[in-house]
Amino acid sequence: MHELSIAMSIVDMACEEASRRSVRVSAVHLRLGELSGIVKEALLSSYEMACLDTPLQGSQLLIEAVPVVVYCPKCKERRSLSSVQWLSCNECGTPTGEVLQGKEMEVVALEIVE
Amino acid sequence: MSQPPRIIEVRKNVLKQNDTIARGLRERFRESGVFVVSLVSSPGSGKTAFLEKTLSLLRLDHQVAALVGDLATENDALRLARSGAPVKQITTGTLCHLEAVMVQNALDGWEPKPLDFLFIENVGNLVCPSSYDLGENLRLVLTSVTEGEDKPLKYPTIFNGADVAIITKMDLAAAVEFDEATAIANIRAVRPGIELFKISSKSGQGMESLMKYLRARLAETREMSPN
Repeated sequence: MHELSIAMSIVDMACEEASRRSVRVSAVHLRLGELSGIVKEALLSSYEMACLDTPLQGSQLLIEAVPVVVYCPKCKERRSLSSVQWLSCNECGTPTGEVLQGKEMEVVALEIVE
Repeated sequence: MSQPPRIIEVRKNVLKQNDTIARGLRERFRESGVFVVSLVSSPGSGKTAFLEKTLSLLRLDHQVAALVGDLATENDALRLARSGAPVKQITTGTLCHLEAVMVQNALDGWEPKPLDFLFIENVGNLVCPSSYDLGENLRLVLTSVTEGEDKPLKYPTIFNGADVAIITKMDLAAAVEFDEATAIANIRAVRPGIELFKISSKSGQGMESLMKYLRARLAETREMSPN
């Protein structure tokens, strides 16, 4: 359960941005990779807690799930996975450890009220 | 009437602060020529026993030290100190993982030098440590025969983020009817191409080939970035 520390980092980051721009944040947009090691539901409830008594209290966390994309050495193409338990090309089945996308944990945008 | 919200683009990695510190650590390790190995596993997989054995083996011809993360006790550090290598405890309190800043703080004013190997034992946990870069050269994930074969499938993220997988407590494999082929297939499914070792810290089985691998990685790293 490290979602609370992650949520606190997100809130800190958004508070800093909000005070720098002198605005109020109503929502935070987050991209979250399927291999980030973070559970969406746990992060959402941690976020609410992390917002308490901060300028972000009452704001929303909007999570965009980022699917895993690997590079298939055989097809020489970007491919998706059929499951995160099976790191292999979903077209030809070749195992691959080359993860191109899916580990993201990134604040991409803030919705602000001026 | 209030205005509709406006969207501003930010694009910031949530773990930016940790990653920045980890990058600094990696640079510091490179400059001092130390090869840093971190260990992750569930509680009770034998990280401390493995490290105790590893420190005593490598100590014969290398300078070694260890940082040990633990929630509350100093038992692990005391056990490891028996190997004769310098050991420092990082007590994380209720935090379930180590972060780069904790490694940095632990090293300040301590760093015994010049070191060949520094080991960092993470808190026993197969979930949380996976997100945090500690500036290490190599991340080992340990799984014991007593935990069964499906740990990699249950915790794909931590196995996927590791460089080397080690199956521990091989001396108990027969007693617990450990299905080695399935375990290895599961590890390879979530992390194709991972280096894999089977060891017993108790009997010493497999330890020499792992030590040989670590020594080779140290030599290779120094060759690639000479001081």
